[in-house]
Amino acid sequence: MKPVLSLRGISKSFPGVKALQGVQIDLFAGQVTALIGENGAGKSTIVKVLTGIYQPEEGTIEIDGKPVRFATAQDAQRAGVTAIHQETVLFDELSVAENIWLGHAPRTRLGLIDRRAMRAGAQRLLASIGATLNPDLRLGDLGIASKHLVAIARALSTEARVVILDEPTAALSHKEINELYDLVETLKAQGKAILFISHKFDEVFRIADRYTVFRDGQFIGAGAIADATEGQLVQMMVGRSVDQIFPQRSHNIGPPVLTVVGYNHPTEFADIGFTLHRGEILGFYGLVGAGRSEVMQALFGITTPSKGAVRIDDQVRVIRSTHEAIAAGIVYVPEDRGRQGAIRGLPIFQNVTLPSLTRTSRAGFLQLAEEFRLSREYTQRLDLRASSLDQELGLLSGGNQQKVVIAKWLATKPRVIILDEPTKGIDIGSKAAVHEFMAELAAEGLAVIMVSSEIPEVLGMSDRVIVMREGRIIDEVTGARMTPETLVRAAAGLAEAA
Amino acid sequence: MTGIATGRTIPDRLQSRTYRALRSWETILLVVAVGVFVINSFASPHFLNAWNLSDATFNFTEKAMIAFAMAMLIIAGEIDLSVASIIALVSTAMGLAMQAGAGVPVLICVGLFTGLVCGALNGALVAGMGLPSIVVTIGTMSLFRGISYIVLGDQAFTGYPDGFDFFGQGYVWWVFSFELVLFAVLAVVFWLLLHRTNFGRAVYAIGNNATAAQFSGIRVARVRFILFLLTGLMSAIAAICLTSRLGSTRPSIATGFELEVVTMVVLGGVNILGGSGSIPGVVLAALIMGMVTFGFGLLNVPGIVMSIFLGLLLIGVIAVPRLLRGK
Repeated sequence: MKPVLSLRGISKSFPGVKALQGVQIDLFAGQVTALIGENGAGKSTIVKVLTGIYQPEEGTIEIDGKPVRFATAQDAQRAGVTAIHQETVLFDELSVAENIWLGHAPRTRLGLIDRRAMRAGAQRLLASIGATLNPDLRLGDLGIASKHLVAIARALSTEARVVILDEPTAALSHKEINELYDLVETLKAQGKAILFISHKFDEVFRIADRYTVFRDGQFIGAGAIADATEGQLVQMMVGRSVDQIFPQRSHNIGPPVLTVVGYNHPTEFADIGFTLHRGEILGFYGLVGAGRSEVMQALFGITTPSKGAVRIDDQVRVIRSTHEAIAAGIVYVPEDRGRQGAIRGLPIFQNVTLPSLTRTSRAGFLQLAEEFRLSREYTQRLDLRASSLDQELGLLSGGNQQKVVIAKWLATKPRVIILDEPTKGIDIGSKAAVHEFMAELAAEGLAVIMVSSEIPEVLGMSDRVIVMREGRIIDEVTGARMTPETLVRAAAGLAEAA
Repeated sequence: MTGIATGRTIPDRLQSRTYRALRSWETILLVVAVGVFVINSFASPHFLNAWNLSDATFNFTEKAMIAFAMAMLIIAGEIDLSVASIIALVSTAMGLAMQAGAGVPVLICVGLFTGLVCGALNGALVAGMGLPSIVVTIGTMSLFRGISYIVLGDQAFTGYPDGFDFFGQGYVWWVFSFELVLFAVLAVVFWLLLHRTNFGRAVYAIGNNATAAQFSGIRVARVRFILFLLTGLMSAIAAICLTSRLGSTRPSIATGFELEVVTMVVLGGVNILGGSGSIPGVVLAALIMGMVTFGFGLLNVPGIVMSIFLGLLLIGVIAVPRLLRGK
């Protein structure tokens, strides 16, 4: 059988990162191909290449054996490739029919939008996927599952031959997921070639015909699902060449510092409880959306949990604001550095001293000399590269900005430091510096929590790993169980291999 | 203490403060101010007269007092368009107190208290409820002045007690009026507050990135609330001076002040989107606006031309730096 769509040798890089290195994918008519890989394997990048949002530096895209070039998103759509994203891009204020036809609505002879044809067409498309939605309803009044149906109807309205489903079940309930599986079967029966991107093995085995595995932007393997086992796929996903060296750790673990008991939030997490010790690095692993950051932000006073208690050194502390968290000795290096961590318009030294101003000032008046002294002490510990401490933070590279954000927190002399994806999007050199620094902090007796989606980092740095899934702690991994397979299986909700 | 520090020392600053100051917006304003002064002294023989110059300062002193607080508010990413209406309400409240027989100290207290209540209302709506300040203060702008109109109709309060006229008409020494001295003192106080205190640093942090400021332990809502209180208080002080100077209260008092105050702040180099600006810039902008108004007055230039000039100046100060940067 000839593939409908075939990618060969696709490479794409961004400053400091090779997102894709010579990857390939084949999609066949009437078949579902599952694309699997860890966070950062290059799944989202390949979807953007396929839909004309990114242009690869190397490689060919062929449709029916003829080479094509997608310079824009419109090119890809015209060639019959359409994607339904994790967060579907639809318009709440428009009707179902308008959403389906937006941008390519049928026209009357006068060039006006033909509303009757639009309604009829919407009804026909919705019926073809077994949906009974009124095309006149306002989209905002529908649930997430119905919105997905509209998104799929929209995809079909462009006469798509290739349909990409990018983690379509991430936000769906159990019942809705089953309806989606039925829908995928319908699309298969209509002869569409489907690329199904998923983290979940049960679903891959349930609906996919073929698989393709990426790892670190590289093509690892492909084949028929019928010939593969779960174990093989997990192995392909995580088995990697050891190209990262992590610092030696002393593992000198002291008494408990932070105890969290029965932490609950109405929507984000439930029954969170753990203990963190002096000198320990505690890893938090899980898929994106497992609720790890939400727990950490509650500990830092950004959101308020509905139930539960936090104890520091056996003293119950109430944390309702970041101010109280800092006073209690808990600090948080956020994942979203640009929005939550760095104040780019202010100079480096002012970023560093912002949470410590009460210590560097006298009776509320700034003491610039003291501010420079404190910021020099901590930025030099992190080996910051900058032309002066008065330089605007926004002029530094991402890695150096991250060092400033970390320095800011160390200067407050915290008891507990929470690092949320501390090395995301920074270059390899800065990454190693951050790792080394974390090890050093733990050795000095700080209690460290590291939230990370990078398995090598989690395993290379942590003394213990807590795995979260769907807002709950589902496993605590220590000692010999600290393997990539255990983490991936726990996070995906699979039983442990025998 | 650490294994990875390289011993390289990052300098505090690359450029000296003097060098930086020379290249700043404030320097351009200073040159403009001197230019306006020189042109005015050639254009009219009456300009270089101490008493005339002293009279001219009343053009800007009341607005500039509010502009100091407004500058901090705009640097923090907020705005208060209700300041002129706060003046009307404060003046009306003082008028009512006067009719009830209050003496000067009570009048001042009533005025300041009314201003703080107005600021607290704005602050509660913006900082407490998270409503956008531009909408809230357009609303309170109508509300506060509306109350004045209901109380006064087409009447006016007159006959303020002896001694009350000092705030708007009195002189501390020689040509230096009470208002001018108060302006200078407040300029120093606000300069210290914005540029030399933790509070001022928090204002810049919030204006640059309010989320990151919150994530750094800054009590963002509290700072915003205090800024609105401060603006209400400064509006009340301006209202006391203005009412004293005019000797009467009409509901139309200080109409249009809010736009002149915002113009002064922006001309002074405060970024209307928040995050940057300085008190010296606002002081210079106040002096320039005052001298231009006075100079045009001496030359019998009609008020409408003055208004055109100020409009062009305002657009110019925003557009020129952008054109110079080539974008």
